[in-house]
Amino acid sequence: MSLPKKMKEHAVKHAEATEPHPESARKQAAQGKLQARERITAILDAASFHEYDLFVEHKCSDFGMEKKQLPGDGVITGTGTILGHPVAIFAQDFTVAGGSLGLAHARKITKIMDHAIKLGIPLIGINDSGGARIQEGVNSLAGYGEIFYRNTLASGVIPQISIILGPCAGGAVYSPALTDFVFVVDKISKMFITGPEVIKTVLGEEISMEDLGGARVQAELSGNAHFYAQSEAECFEQVKRLVTYIPWNNRKKADAFSPIPPRTQLSLEQIIPAESNKPYDVRDVLRAVADGSDFMEVQALWAANIVVGFARMNGRTVGMVANQPMVLAGVLDVDSSDKAGRFIRFCDAFNIPLVTFVDLPGYLPGVDQEHAGVIRHGAKLLYAYSEASVPKITVILRKAYGGGYIAMCSRHLGADFVFAWPCAEIAVMGPEGAANIIFKGEIAAAADPEAFRKEKVKEYTEKFASPYVAAANGHVDAVIAPHQTRDFLLHALAISEHKTEQRPDRKHGVPPF
Amino acid sequence: MTTRHTITLNDAVYETTFTKKFAHRKPFVPKDPRRLTAVIPGLILDLLVKPGDRVRAGQGLLILEAMKMQNHISAHDEGTIKAIHVAPGDTVTKGQLLVEFE
Repeated sequence: MSLPKKMKEHAVKHAEATEPHPESARKQAAQGKLQARERITAILDAASFHEYDLFVEHKCSDFGMEKKQLPGDGVITGTGTILGHPVAIFAQDFTVAGGSLGLAHARKITKIMDHAIKLGIPLIGINDSGGARIQEGVNSLAGYGEIFYRNTLASGVIPQISIILGPCAGGAVYSPALTDFVFVVDKISKMFITGPEVIKTVLGEEISMEDLGGARVQAELSGNAHFYAQSEAECFEQVKRLVTYIPWNNRKKADAFSPIPPRTQLSLEQIIPAESNKPYDVRDVLRAVADGSDFMEVQALWAANIVVGFARMNGRTVGMVANQPMVLAGVLDVDSSDKAGRFIRFCDAFNIPLVTFVDLPGYLPGVDQEHAGVIRHGAKLLYAYSEASVPKITVILRKAYGGGYIAMCSRHLGADFVFAWPCAEIAVMGPEGAANIIFKGEIAAAADPEAFRKEKVKEYTEKFASPYVAAANGHVDAVIAPHQTRDFLLHALAISEHKTEQRPDRKHGVPPF
Repeated sequence: MTTRHTITLNDAVYETTFTKKFAHRKPFVPKDPRRLTAVIPGLILDLLVKPGDRVRAGQGLLILEAMKMQNHISAHDEGTIKAIHVAPGDTVTKGQLLVEFE
């Protein structure tokens, strides 16, 4: 074959492999979904995508598969950049055999995963697949298993991002679950282990796909998703923004940006109400101390009684964790402990310092909480904070009572710096409860029990509901005015830059999963 | 006394017993956006709206004191108040119906 002919052959082969089948492309568009290639182009920097394994073919010869040619075997893999950050990416193509996963498809994914791990760059997976390629039988399951295994090996080594842009059901959904961040889009994402059909035949319960595992359900009820968007375009903007906050891998720190002061109109003194039983939005506090008042919230819709997310201080990424008095009074419960615990472990794995803001009445009492295992789930938060060896700085804004005080990155769990505002109340329990217990006998015996009780509550409030007892014992390093918060945080972060902490040698800990 | 049941999974029939939790499960009912229920047990301190009022999304509806906090319960969406099922001073349980929208 002459050289011009070979060049022509290449052009034809390339076009055949990349051009979408018109009918399936139309179906995809009718559902408001982009093509797999369009998605990659939309996420990555212009012209930065470099594709590999375009000509990979399946080897299945059962059930008529030998006659089927599947371009790229239904998945597109390659590398590129997002705002200059290198990433490895794969996108399942629903227009090719429903994006079904066979062995060749899976091997393309595991190959790009292996690249990402070796090169130390983040991995982005776009899931849009009908599930296992049934004609391939156990080989298809083998493919899933090999992906899960690598997801686990890569955990804490490179950041892993999953974007669910179509169905992601059965075994397939465990790959996203093993990754660090899951993005979902309204009406497009569907995630479940067993679908409505199976649930109906086995249990007789009827439920729609959307109610069972739609985007909103996963972002708000189950906590499986971390970011929720109305459209694919909005979702891709979220992905790009997130990538700027996280490092390439666990040996690096996230890129530094130019420091910008917070927007001045936020005044800490005006955010917190004078009465300790009045709620406020703790995110106003986070924005008041963050560079440019920018805060990227993670899992904003689920367990909103705790707020977690990324911000920058002095141009460097920090992970912020804060109780949210506006939702359920900011209590810790099963879901909020789980949410914060996971976030803390991500930050610790990827060298992101933790800044914690405390204002909570404690753990949520209740039969459903106890029976749901709040003991075990609550322990995740203690474990995650204690285990984290990145710089840990805590600011006690207002209430810090009982187990909640200890759990929210207290000095006792290894906080490097603990600051408290003058309105902080640090005690074993609220004054009402404390007075009722300590003076139980006296109250009962008093001539006017209610007046005596009120007096004792007042006494307890004055003595213990302040930051000064904790400060006198060295559990709080400094009592600071709210307007000094950013200055103290910037200084503490700057001097903790090279913090090292020795830990006993071990294979790994055994957290209360 | 446990009762034996059969379930069919992938064409195979299995004999099994149900756990108490499974036997008492409630069928899934999608959340009705027209019914506002209490997310936490507590005490109604104040009502900020009355039946017939038109409310904006995010507008405060009532104050529910729980966990030492005066929680502001606000409207998820705009709408008109059809009925209010609680009064200041009422103690409410988790899941109790507070406000109905038209």
